[in-house]
Amino acid sequence: MKGTNLGEFEELVLLTIAALLNEAYSVGICDELERQTKRSVKLGVVHAVLNRLEEKGLVKSKLGEATQTRGGKRKRYYSITSSGKAALVKSKEVRDQLWSMIPELSLKRI
Amino acid sequence: MKEQKEIRPPRWATHLLSWYCKPELLEDLQGDLNEYFERNVKSKGTRRAKLIYITDVFKFFRFYTVRKPEFVNLLINWIMIGSYIKTSGRNIVRNKLFSAINIVGLSISMSVGLLLIAVVSDILSYDKFNENHSRIYRVITKYKYLNENENTFASTSLRAAKVIEENFPPEAMAIFKDNWSADLKFSEKTIPLKGIWANESVFKVFSFRLLKGNPSTALKEPYSIVLTETSAKKLFGNNEALNKIVEWDKVQYTVKGIMEDVPQFSHVHFDMLASLSTEENLQKNDKDFSSWKNMWSTWVYLLLPANTDIKSLEDKLYKISVKENTTIQNTTLNLKLQPLDNIMLGLDHSNQIGGVMGNSMLWIFSGLAFVVILSACFNYTNLSIARSLRRTREVGIRKVIGALKSQVIYQFIVEAILISLTSLVMAIALFLLLRPFFLSVEESLKNTLLLQLSPAIVVYFVLFAIVIGIAAGFFPSLFFARVNVIQALKDFSSNKSFKKLTIRRALIVFQYCISIILVTSTVIIYKQYKHFVTFDLGFRTQNILNISLKGNKAELLRKELSELPEVKLISQSAMITSIGSYWGSNMKYTSPDDSAMVYHNTVDENYLPLHEHKLLAGRNFNTKVADSVMETEIIVNQSVLKRFNIANQNPAKAIGEIVKLDGKNVMIIGVMQDFQYGKVDSRAGANEVILRYAPKKTHWLNVKIESTDILAAYGKIELAWKRVDPVHAFDAKFYDDQIENSFAGIKASVKVAGFIAFLAISIASLGMLGMVVFTTETRLKEISIRKVLGASEMGLLFLLGKGFIILLLVATVIALPITYLFFDRILFQEIANHAPIAAIDLTVGFSLVSALALMMILLQALKATRTSPAEVLKNE
Repeated sequence: MKGTNLGEFEELVLLTIAALLNEAYSVGICDELERQTKRSVKLGVVHAVLNRLEEKGLVKSKLGEATQTRGGKRKRYYSITSSGKAALVKSKEVRDQLWSMIPELSLKRI
Repeated sequence: MKEQKEIRPPRWATHLLSWYCKPELLEDLQGDLNEYFERNVKSKGTRRAKLIYITDVFKFFRFYTVRKPEFVNLLINWIMIGSYIKTSGRNIVRNKLFSAINIVGLSISMSVGLLLIAVVSDILSYDKFNENHSRIYRVITKYKYLNENENTFASTSLRAAKVIEENFPPEAMAIFKDNWSADLKFSEKTIPLKGIWANESVFKVFSFRLLKGNPSTALKEPYSIVLTETSAKKLFGNNEALNKIVEWDKVQYTVKGIMEDVPQFSHVHFDMLASLSTEENLQKNDKDFSSWKNMWSTWVYLLLPANTDIKSLEDKLYKISVKENTTIQNTTLNLKLQPLDNIMLGLDHSNQIGGVMGNSMLWIFSGLAFVVILSACFNYTNLSIARSLRRTREVGIRKVIGALKSQVIYQFIVEAILISLTSLVMAIALFLLLRPFFLSVEESLKNTLLLQLSPAIVVYFVLFAIVIGIAAGFFPSLFFARVNVIQALKDFSSNKSFKKLTIRRALIVFQYCISIILVTSTVIIYKQYKHFVTFDLGFRTQNILNISLKGNKAELLRKELSELPEVKLISQSAMITSIGSYWGSNMKYTSPDDSAMVYHNTVDENYLPLHEHKLLAGRNFNTKVADSVMETEIIVNQSVLKRFNIANQNPAKAIGEIVKLDGKNVMIIGVMQDFQYGKVDSRAGANEVILRYAPKKTHWLNVKIESTDILAAYGKIELAWKRVDPVHAFDAKFYDDQIENSFAGIKASVKVAGFIAFLAISIASLGMLGMVVFTTETRLKEISIRKVLGASEMGLLFLLGKGFIILLLVATVIALPITYLFFDRILFQEIANHAPIAAIDLTVGFSLVSALALMMILLQALKATRTSPAEVLKNE
């Protein structure tokens, strides 16, 4: 059952992959997340999450071209699958729905 | 810029990552880490970057990254073992000489390792017969006099036992006091027994089994004793011994128990125990008996509950010690605990209750065994790599067929283990052969060790052989695993791997270094031993038989002996000088503040002439003084005059001077020349010596024998002894033998070092033989061509031997200074009167080792040069 729901960090990673388009590889995702959330993001955690997302079938990956940097090792680029997209859309819908239920007045009072 | 490019993450960490990581994840992960590394090098510096890289490698060791062992590979390895064993077997048989060298070398060195394992396992099984051995602790005492060095004694005081009992009673407390010998008498029979005073809890703490009697009360009442089975049988035969009354020193004791004999592996040994309450009764009036300071011959053992905090208990003991120390002057005593399991192997404390092994000797022996084993492993490594030429093809083909690196490593280690297991069979035979010799190296070994071959020991032996196999096969297997397939199969005459000679040279140099060091050390130690034994002591010791009186009246024995024609002169003395006994007394001259310790021997009037001590002035003791009770006269040596500056050190004028000896005034009646009172090698030189006169207080009879047949004379004296004392065994030794015995430790180390040196040389020679045979074989064609072209035999010999001779010289240049410095700067600093190291001592080892090596080189080279070139070259 765990597979169907997205955790908070998983969702963030998934969104970043979608946002980065063709530049979504582990270190890039890590940097982008750090920039957006203003908190330090550990590579190990991102790596584990990417691995889990791939297992769930929400993202797919392929190896890129070898370059001079990274000691000649190739990058693994991630892209979002249709089920990944569905999961993102679904979680956005849930949020929107919940948002819409809050009357504007009650929010302002806080 | 160039420098920056060279910064790389640590290689071993990269290897570790690629070893554990799943192949499909590896490349990306490596890339990520590299990218971070490059970034960190710029922002945080190389060192931090490397550190972060390493920690990251460990952090990524997670469930999802780790490679799962592949079942197929395991299966293949399992199936391949059969093949490995088969090829290894064929290989061993094919190279008979090399296999023999390896097997013989390994088994020789392994036999020493086996001895070591057996010794260690014997020592570790000491005191384990006690059910609660892990909960028993001995109270030991740290002794410090003023500002002198602290000494640790295995003994403690009765007072300490009492205080512990009062303040925090342990589960049980065993007390042993004094080691003595007693003549036990029952009806007409008297037998001497070794005994100890013990309290009733001894049977609670230790698991000595009581066959008869009640263990909790047997040693409670005064005047009760417990006999071991053997001593009960000696005294009572097959009759009932329990509750019988026996007599000792005119006091009657009741036998309250019969116990099983003390197990061999116990650090305490005795024939009988007598109740401690007896001794407390007898010494009631002696204030010193239970004082805090009297810590020399009481041993206290505590049985503690399983979860006791030893540290806090020691803190409590410290507080007690501080409190008790206020009752004494100049001395601080500090109680500590020592686990029972640690006694046999622990530090060498003074005042042990029985013999202990001491860990220093064990360490030295282990070190030597390790060196010898290492040397044999080097042989294996060396020969395998040298022969790699012939095996690389096999490895090449294996690799082409699809063998992994790990499988090649596996194969060669299996082969090495096979060889080491074969060696084990020979090593065990050697071990059984060596065992009696080893045990007779020193007398005490026979009593402490058994070295039996139990099943557990055999298991250890096999494990040991496997470890040796892995150690020996490790380098060759790595070497073969790295073989380049294409090169191996293309053309093996141009094989580059053979040129990697440095490591092999280093190994040969190491082996020869060790051999030379060991031989030279043996020679030096042996020379010291001879030097000490024949040292000029300042008096004569030839043909003097020292007989221990064992409490008999001297006059009786003297009368018997003086009737023998062989006996020329008889004197009496309290102790035997120059063999390591020291008796001290306190002396003062005119200045009341200047008191000093002088060493003494108590003798009769015949002592000086019999030992041919030189009197410089004055006279010998007079016989008539024997009757008077007061001691009035002493004879001093020159050093005493010097120490107190008596009569300006003029012997003639010192006669008649009065000194205070232990508080009493005595007159100097003679001055003798200085002589060696203490052991020759002892640094604590006992220079100031006096002779006191009191024939009644002597324990030894010194008998000067003049006969052509010394042995027959000895027999006659023994018969005379039996007439005087039928109870005690005749205990007499020639003075020269006693001196030799006092250096038994050095003699034992000569034997051990000599033996190990012999092994080291054998192993090094075997290795050298293998290398020489191999070199000449591979160079046979070259030699033949040279011969055809007209090279002389001498020239060829030189060509073949040159390399080895250089190695030998290098080994010598390294080994000799090390040996010299070790003895001169380290060992001889502790030893007085040592003989200097002569150049000849240093050359003996070198010449012996090189003579052997040269002989082998010469024989093999001659064989090679004598082969007909036509035979060798016709195949080409």
